[in-house]
Order: sequence, then structure tokens, then C-alpha cells
Amino acid sequence: MSSTTLAPGEQERARTASGRRPGLTDRAKAERRLGWMLAGPAFAVMLLVTAYPILQAVYESLFDFRLTDPDNRSFTGLTNYWVILTDWIWWRSLLVTLLITVVTVAVELVLGFGLALVMHRALTTLRPIIRTAILIPYAIITVVSAFAWQYAFALDTGFVNPWLNLGAFNWFGSFSPSIVVICLSEIWKTTPFISLLLLAGLAQVSEDLQEAAKVDGATWWERLRKVTIPNMKAAIMVALLFRTLDAFRVFDNIFIMTNGANGTESVSFLAYRQTISRLEIGLGSAVSVLLFLCVVLISALFIKGFKVDLSQARGEK
Amino acid sequence: MASQSRSVRARRPRAWAGLVAAALLATGLAACGTESGPPTLSWYINPDSGGQAEIAGRCTAATQGRYRIETTLLPREASAQREQLVRRLAANDSSIDLMSLDPPFIPEFAEAGFLAEIPEDVATEVTDGVVESAVQGSTWEGRVVTVPFWANTQLLWYRKSVAQAAGLDLSGPVTWDQLIEAATAQNTTIAAQGIRAEALTVLVNAVVASAGGTIVLTPDAPPDEVELGIDDARGRRAAEVIQNIANSAAAGPALNTRNEDASATLFEQGAAAFMVNWPFVFPRGQGAVEDGTLTQSALDDYGWALYPAVDAGTPSAPPYGGINLGIGAFSEHPDLALEAAQCIVSAENQAYYFVTNGNPAALESVYDDQEVVQAFPMASTIRESLRRAAPRPQTPYYNEVSSTIQRTWHPLGSVNPATTPARTADIIRAVLRKEDLL
Repeated sequence: MSSTTLAPGEQERARTASGRRPGLTDRAKAERRLGWMLAGPAFAVMLLVTAYPILQAVYESLFDFRLTDPDNRSFTGLTNYWVILTDWIWWRSLLVTLLITVVTVAVELVLGFGLALVMHRALTTLRPIIRTAILIPYAIITVVSAFAWQYAFALDTGFVNPWLNLGAFNWFGSFSPSIVVICLSEIWKTTPFISLLLLAGLAQVSEDLQEAAKVDGATWWERLRKVTIPNMKAAIMVALLFRTLDAFRVFDNIFIMTNGANGTESVSFLAYRQTISRLEIGLGSAVSVLLFLCVVLISALFIKGFKVDLSQARGEK
Repeated sequence: MASQSRSVRARRPRAWAGLVAAALLATGLAACGTESGPPTLSWYINPDSGGQAEIAGRCTAATQGRYRIETTLLPREASAQREQLVRRLAANDSSIDLMSLDPPFIPEFAEAGFLAEIPEDVATEVTDGVVESAVQGSTWEGRVVTVPFWANTQLLWYRKSVAQAAGLDLSGPVTWDQLIEAATAQNTTIAAQGIRAEALTVLVNAVVASAGGTIVLTPDAPPDEVELGIDDARGRRAAEVIQNIANSAAAGPALNTRNEDASATLFEQGAAAFMVNWPFVFPRGQGAVEDGTLTQSALDDYGWALYPAVDAGTPSAPPYGGINLGIGAFSEHPDLALEAAQCIVSAENQAYYFVTNGNPAALESVYDDQEVVQAFPMASTIRESLRRAAPRPQTPYYNEVSSTIQRTWHPLGSVNPATTPARTADIIRAVLRKEDLL
């Protein structure tokens, strides 16, 4: 929601030149008003579709409320949160979710960077084809890709066991192999997303800098480390932030592949189980609110901790 | 010039709005169109081989235009069917006139007021001649709340040749221990369902009931006063049997993820010579013969007997399943829906459904139907099994009970008679008191 069309640096200069720091010029005021008018409707819609359900969930989470028994709904304050936070299942689900998040995001970052480099360096004629090919997994619905991966690793219909000579090894029979398949499926599906974000970042790295480094005799590896990566730090951090938030809400793959068996439940799955299966709206809402707080925490950590500037990634700086 | 272009620009959205309004009006009119004819009853059905849609057509034809029955498909998994119906009914959905309900969920629906009342005379009529377990399954707090449609039960399926080689006499009752011994000696598998799903609860409930136990002793008590029987000696005995199955060489591959279909595949392939499963496996085998994936001689080798017992001398209590018809409490045509339900469950339709879709009838008389006997040589065994069958815990909190069992008894290999039943009881109590997550 920028209030002016001037880049921040020029804004600063304009302010010092006019010498009136706190006061705004009429023009700036008009632009700010125009900004609000342009962004206002979108802002209102955002409030309606995101803030309303969040507030509703916070409200419901304070009640003991079962969907099939609305007459006995009663206010219980923070009891639901106490039940959740004192239950090992919550902490286990949180750890599983963190494990999936860290593993998938780390692998995706490396793979996605590689793919972005391939796309960036590909001949202009080949680039659209490569880009489309790389994007195909991302275009597939998660539920469908989850089924595809499940069938591939299943004992009766799968082809993975014969390929790897694993005989009757049951991938979904215990925790570790189940998590491996869930992570593989996640990585396969969302690496294209991260590579697209990184490709945008790569495009921002000035060719002049690359040329200069080349003239100075820097090797490809040195240019990557000293020129390319530092110059696209903002893009990397934004890609990481988006993917982390996304990975933290993992649900579909687990739902299809194990249905939460072998301790593979994620936090979202826990919310589903309380709200949709158990019909305990109060308890389920409390899990959802805690999930929301985790997401807020992750965002805050990235934005404040790693100093991610979202505007920078859009090329405004 | 400028004003002209502005007016053109302004007109365009209006033209769009006109189109949208016309489209909305058209859909609105179309909706009215369906309402103006004879009333349409919508019947939410579980996926089958097309039998329910055909019966809906037959009953529509029989009314001579007084009403029409349309079917709407529910998800495949019983738990997902419940989730969808509950969400709709909690929002007072009047579009649900009839619904195919899995019996364990019936108390929850009845208690929540989601089922329209069934008058006394109709209740007597629709339960007359119906096998006992199906009557129990459609009853809540002494009242018939659903119309029994078809009743399912699991049999013990075996390969005659292997049983003979093992010297196992299956003409009389057989115990799990005998089965494990025979299967191990013959180097084959007992295909039981160990996936973390409803199939696991079916197995656990059947073994507990066969040991003489009951998982929930007071199913209609308030949630914080429910008494449980799963942690008594009989529950522990059931855990012992399941532990023996899971840890024997006869458990076979992938027990922890095996559902009914995977079991049937193992049995068809010959990798399992024994199996506990619903009767659908027989028409499935016939289909496999037609497709050329199973030989006729292998199908002829199929044998069936009553569900295995836990202890010799104590008759087994096989699983009970099937579908009963509920009338939506918010239906605009409850009388017609009731009439339609009675048509759907006629002896003729039950026989048709049995023969074509492999779903056994709730009416005992259907088992004497010549066509049924011809298509299902095991019909009399199914009827006998249904007479002995034990329903799963009939409590409005069935989902909590079943989910807890799935949580504590999965994987079956980790079941320990000393701890599993007690832990199950503890968690069910805590969950019902809302002190635990699920």
C-alpha cells in the first residue's frame, strides 16, 4: 500500500529538499487518498474473508460446543487451550509438522535454485518449454498427486518396490518411510513454485556485476556465492517465507497417504480431526487458532528476524 | 469525445450486469421448473454398483408420477459419508429426504434430531421378518429410527484345498488359534484388516464380542458417565488373540495398511488362503474370472464358514454392517420419503440388490429366494452369521470410540493385552470428558 509513486530513496530526498518533514504536500496527500481509494475495496474484502473467520474461530474456541448438540453449548474460557497444550498429541503433531516443514523447504530451496538456474540460463527459445515442463507438478491438485505417489509406493499396485528390489517393504507401515514419501510428494509438487520465485530473483541480478566479476577472474562458483546469491537475498527469503507458511499447513498428502496413522498427523490434520470428524467445534477452533498463531510467529520471525523486506522482492528497491 | 468514451465505458459493465442477471433468472426459473412438477425426493446414497439408483428408478415408476426419487452420491469412506451428512443436517438441510446410513452412526443422528420420526405402525411393518442384528442396528433408545435396508456381515473365507491339506475341519466352529496354526503350517496368510480405519474397529469389535465382551457397556449414558467393558478380562483375551494374529507368520505383508480390498486381492492371488471379509468378495471373484485374472477352478476352491471363534465352545459374534435408511428431519416431504423408504426395502428390491450388487438382505425371507440362493450359495451361512452378529458400540459418541480404538490398536503388531485395552478405556473416557485430543 505505497502512498506515493516515488521510490523510497527519492521520497527521502524530496522530503529533505522541501524541509517539511512531518507535514505532507497537497500532492502527497492527494496521492495517499488515491492510494487508499484504490486499495480500500481490496482491503475491505480481505478483512471480510480473512479477519471474520479468524475472529469467529477465536470466539468459538472459548466454548464447549459440539455441532450435534448446540443446546448444551457453554462458555469455558481457555479450557480448550489448556486441554490442547497439555496433550502430548499436540506437541507430537507440532514436531511432525516442523520436521516436514524443515526437510521439504530445505530440499526444495536447493532443487528450486538449481531449476531456476537452468531456466535462467536456458536459450530463449527453450525457456518457455522448460518453464512449462517444470511447472507441471505445481499445476496438479495436491490430492491427485498424493494419490499418484501413494499408488507408486503401495505394495499391491506400486512400482517403486520392484524397481528398488525392496520386496514386501511397506512404505506406509511405520513412521519414517511414511514421512519420507509424504516429504517426497511435497517436494515434487512445490519445488516449481520456489524455483519460479527464485527465477524472478535471478533476473534482478545485474548482468554488469556478473561481467565485472568475470573480468576480475572470478570462477562460476565464486560468482554464484559472491555476486548472484547476495544480490537475490530478498527473493530467497521471500520464497522461503511463502513456502514455510505453505509447508506448515500440510494436510492433503497426510490425509490421503496415511490418514494420520503411524504418528504422521500434522497440526492441520489435528484441527480437521477435532472439528470435522469429532464435531467439537470449540476444541477444533482452538487448534486452528493455535495453528494461526504459529503461522504469525513464523512470519514475524522471518520479517523481523531475517529482515525480509517484501517490497524489495517486488523490485521496488 | 471524452464524454462519449466514458459513457461507452460505463455502459459495458451494465451490459455485463444484465447478462449476469439474465443468467441468474434463468437458473432461478429452472429451479422453479423442477419444483412445479411432482415432488422430487433426494436420496443420499453410498457408492455401490448402481443398485440403489436402479431401485430409485423402480420405486419412482411404481408411484405413477406422484413423486420422483433422485440419488446423490456420498463419499466412499463411511466416515466421510457421516461427515458430509452431519454438516448438512446441522445446517438444517431440507434437500436430504432419504439417506443411506451406516448403522454405527445412527445413534448420533437420532440423538441430534437429524432423523424424522418413524410412526409406530410403520416401524412394526419395516422390522417384521428382519434379521435381529439389523433391527438392533436401526433402533435407538428402544425406538426404530431408521428403516433396515440391507445387512452385512463378515464370513471366514478359505481355500478348500489348503484347509484340507492342513487337516482343518471347517464344517463346525473354528478358533483363531486353529486358523493361525493351519496357516503357519501351510505357509500361507490370514487376510485380516489392519489399516487405521473403520475396518480396524470392525475387527477389534468382532474379536472382543467373540470373546464374550462388550466395548461400551452403557452406550446411552451421558458421555462422562459411560461405562466401558473393553478393559475387562474378555477385552484382554481379545487383545491376546489379535496379538497372536499380528505377530504370527500368518499375518502376511502390509497388515498395517490392509483394507478389505487389499485382503480380497491377497485372497484372489492365493497369497492368503484364509480371510475374514464381507460377502462382496464372492461377486468380486466372479468378476475376476470374467476378466481372466482368476481361474474358475480357483473360484470353485472358495469355501466359507462362520466367523472364527476366540475360544472353542464360545460361539463367535461376527461383525454387523450394512445400510439402513434414515428420513431427513428437515425434509419437506417426510411422508413421501417414508413411503419411498418402504418401497426401497421391499423383499423384491432387497433380493435384486443382493443378487446384482452382492449386498445381503435385511429380510430373512430373501435368503430363501431361489435366485439369491443360486447367485450366493453361501446365503444361508450369511443369514446364520447375521443372526449371531454383534453391532459395534451403539452410542452417539461412536466416532470418539472408534477413533480411539484405531489410535490405540494400530499397528496391530503393537497390541499388548496388559496395556492396550486399559489404555483404550482411559483415552475413551478422557475424550468423552473432553479432556483429551483425538
